[in-house]
Amino acid sequence: MIDVLWLVIALPLVGSTINLFFGKRIGQPLAGWVAFGFVALAWLVALPATFSLIDGSIPVETSYLFTWIPVVGADVALLWDPLSALMTMIVTGIGSLIHLYSIGYMRGDERYPRFFSFMNLFIASMMILVLSANYAMMFIGWELVGLSSYLLISFWFTKPAAAAAGKKAFIVNRIGDWGFLVALMIIFASFGTFDFQTIFASAPVVITVGTATAITLLLFVGAAGKSAQIPLYVWLPDAMEGPTPVSALIHAATMVTAGVFMIARSAVLFEMAPTTGAIVAVVGTLTALVAALIAVSQTDIKKVLAYSTISQLGYMVLAMGVGAYTAGIFHLTTHAFFKALLFLGAGSVIHAMAGDQDMRTMGGLRKKMPITFITMGAGWLALSGVFPFSGFWSKDEILAATFAKGGWYIGLWVIGLLVALLTAFYMTRLFVMTFLGKPRWEDGVHPHESPATMTIPLIILGLFTVSFGLVNTPALVAFEHFLEGSFQYVHHVQGLSMGAIIGLATIALIVAIAGIVWGWLKYHRSELPAEDGKFWRRSRDAFGVDEFYGRTIVEPGKKASEWAADVFDVKVLDGIAHGIGSGTRGFGDVLARLQTGQVRAYAGGVAIAGVLLIIVFLAVGGGF
Amino acid sequence: MTVTVSWFLVLAAGLFSIGVAGVLIRRNALVMFMSIELMLNAVNLTFVAVSKELGLIEGQVAALFVMVVAAAEVTIGLAIIVSVFRDRSSANVDELAELKG
Amino acid sequence: MAETIVFIIFAAVALAGAVSMITASNPVYSAMGLLAAMFAIAVLYVMLDAHFVAAVQVIIYAGAVMTLFLFVIMLIGVDKPDAYGKQVPAQRVITGIVALGLFGSIVLAGRAAWITGSNAFGTANLNGTAEAVADELFGTWMIVFLATVMLLTIAALGTIALAYFRDVPEEEMVG
Repeated sequence: MIDVLWLVIALPLVGSTINLFFGKRIGQPLAGWVAFGFVALAWLVALPATFSLIDGSIPVETSYLFTWIPVVGADVALLWDPLSALMTMIVTGIGSLIHLYSIGYMRGDERYPRFFSFMNLFIASMMILVLSANYAMMFIGWELVGLSSYLLISFWFTKPAAAAAGKKAFIVNRIGDWGFLVALMIIFASFGTFDFQTIFASAPVVITVGTATAITLLLFVGAAGKSAQIPLYVWLPDAMEGPTPVSALIHAATMVTAGVFMIARSAVLFEMAPTTGAIVAVVGTLTALVAALIAVSQTDIKKVLAYSTISQLGYMVLAMGVGAYTAGIFHLTTHAFFKALLFLGAGSVIHAMAGDQDMRTMGGLRKKMPITFITMGAGWLALSGVFPFSGFWSKDEILAATFAKGGWYIGLWVIGLLVALLTAFYMTRLFVMTFLGKPRWEDGVHPHESPATMTIPLIILGLFTVSFGLVNTPALVAFEHFLEGSFQYVHHVQGLSMGAIIGLATIALIVAIAGIVWGWLKYHRSELPAEDGKFWRRSRDAFGVDEFYGRTIVEPGKKASEWAADVFDVKVLDGIAHGIGSGTRGFGDVLARLQTGQVRAYAGGVAIAGVLLIIVFLAVGGGF
Repeated sequence: MTVTVSWFLVLAAGLFSIGVAGVLIRRNALVMFMSIELMLNAVNLTFVAVSKELGLIEGQVAALFVMVVAAAEVTIGLAIIVSVFRDRSSANVDELAELKG
Repeated sequence: MAETIVFIIFAAVALAGAVSMITASNPVYSAMGLLAAMFAIAVLYVMLDAHFVAAVQVIIYAGAVMTLFLFVIMLIGVDKPDAYGKQVPAQRVITGIVALGLFGSIVLAGRAAWITGSNAFGTANLNGTAEAVADELFGTWMIVFLATVMLLTIAALGTIALAYFRDVPEEEMVG
């Protein structure tokens, strides 16, 4: 079973190639079905292998495909352990649902096949990242994911905003990649290999705590880029310029989790560096808080969800920081389900509103779009953390793990609770403004329920959103047990007593319900409440972070580039090039005088040269 | 005073030098061509003379080959001169200076 | 002694023919000079026991090639007698120096390298009859002989091509 794992990467790649070259000929709906088919096939291929991991019939295994750079221990090999199996299931499973959804959503777009080609490319890149058995191959996947993300964000590149957003995402991600790359260099310098198993088995012996701290901090820079953490989170809200399925697939469910996944994969190294752990936890918490504060005031439905994603990623990173890897990955999984659901639901709403994304012009969509309403309701409750939806279990686990660390981590726990309150509040705001209350849409807009290809993924995701949390409750720890295989070198944090767990869960639940009630009371009225005041204005501007970056980094950068282009290039580089050119031409002009066109001049040259040669030979040979 | 092979070689050198001089001072393509033939003949003379000196028949064979090549060269060369003359009514090589740089 | 006289006479004829060839203003006189030089060289070949080569020299050079030259001279007309006109001033001087330098250096080189000055015509018994030359030509040098056959064929084709395509308009030749 593990021998065919390479198909999981190859199938989407084939789909991508087919759509790239023959998509136009295949035609509009069919191209989408082809793309969906290849991703679904990849999922089917991975399914039996996953089951054999669950029932323990195969151990953690590595499938060697071929030798790539043997000298650095970087073969093309696939590591099949619970962590990668889980990610594979998420990426191909949710990915295929989103492909299905896109078949309807992207209908009528001029570059329909191209879209599906990029989507398949993304799935393939993500699978390379997830399944790689060494850091070198992981980096390849990491970069490919960045590339496909760029292609998809700026898919509607005729819109300047979309093109700019694509560039922004790419550049910000490059900053993160820099950290990752340097980390890889240090890893290679220390271990002499990139192979995961070798590194993790030997890490405590080979490297010191200082080296581990350096490596993990740099890895975290990479993770912060991909997983949108402070200070590199700014690209994600802008990435909403891409088509909504892209936002769902990449910027909610899968790609942004790559950073979290990478930290979880490198858990052994992070365990060795408590300083990094603390920094990671603080950064995660602050990201969660800041993003939640921004999310409460956004009026664009996708922007709310984007900031909410950043906020939830903050939770996951916090979990990584406190060493609760299972909890973080669990939240990653549940979040993938409900955030994909919310994005797809939002896409359904936008579709119904003929492209309008402003929640202030929505309202009262409940009657018009019952399926979207119900499924998004599940997503709302899950993200808010209401019992027994999936978000409740996973978020609670992270908070409990933070609390269990004790000391100043209690402060992080308090902030986490505050974020939970804000989350419940802004999700209620979104839900109420969109679906409840009186219709506020303009004349001429006729909202309608979306076609089946769009609603079926919503329903499936909705079912998972409701139920998936139950696989890892304090009573039933199946998920944690499943993931043990991936964290065999990691020391486990000491657990809390059952009473403490229930107590913490109750507090979290009370906070969530408080947030919902607060939001409900504020927004469930006939008139939308005014959102005035200093806080609201600042929050709506996302606290001016983009402007700050613009002033401090982008502008000086542009100035430097302009100087390089207008002064350095023109004067120095062009000067050198022109100098070489005119020098050669001048030399050629001198030589051209010798070319008289007179045959006898040439013949004379030959004769003189002949005489001179004979004389030289005689002189050398001693003939005189 | 007996004739030795070196006499012939010196004579060949003289003929060759005269041929070179002819190529250099004449402007008529035909005469230049004749000078080249003279140079070839001078070389042939050295071949035959050395063949005699060393007692090897190969020198004479080489002379025959040179003659064949010279004959081929003459046919082509004269054909070229004739076509050039048709084109510009002159066999003066100084007027054929299109390749001047 | 008779050999010496014969050599001196025919060497003088060859040199005189060569000099008159490069100095005559009329190309026909030049051709006559060359013809004389070639006959003289043919006699020298006989002196060197190269009978067959001497015969070929007369038939091919003095016969065919020189006839061809004269024919072409008649075809394109005798050029204006300004054969030396508009010379570069120092050209004749330079030419003289080059030619003398060449002659001197060749003789020097030959003397230094291998001209032994030994007894006349070596010791070997060499007789360049048609049979002796043919044995060598169609034995050891067969491949080279065939190559010269190819060369002559190609030369003939080239000449035909040059004569045949002369009227093609320029633009078609470019295309």
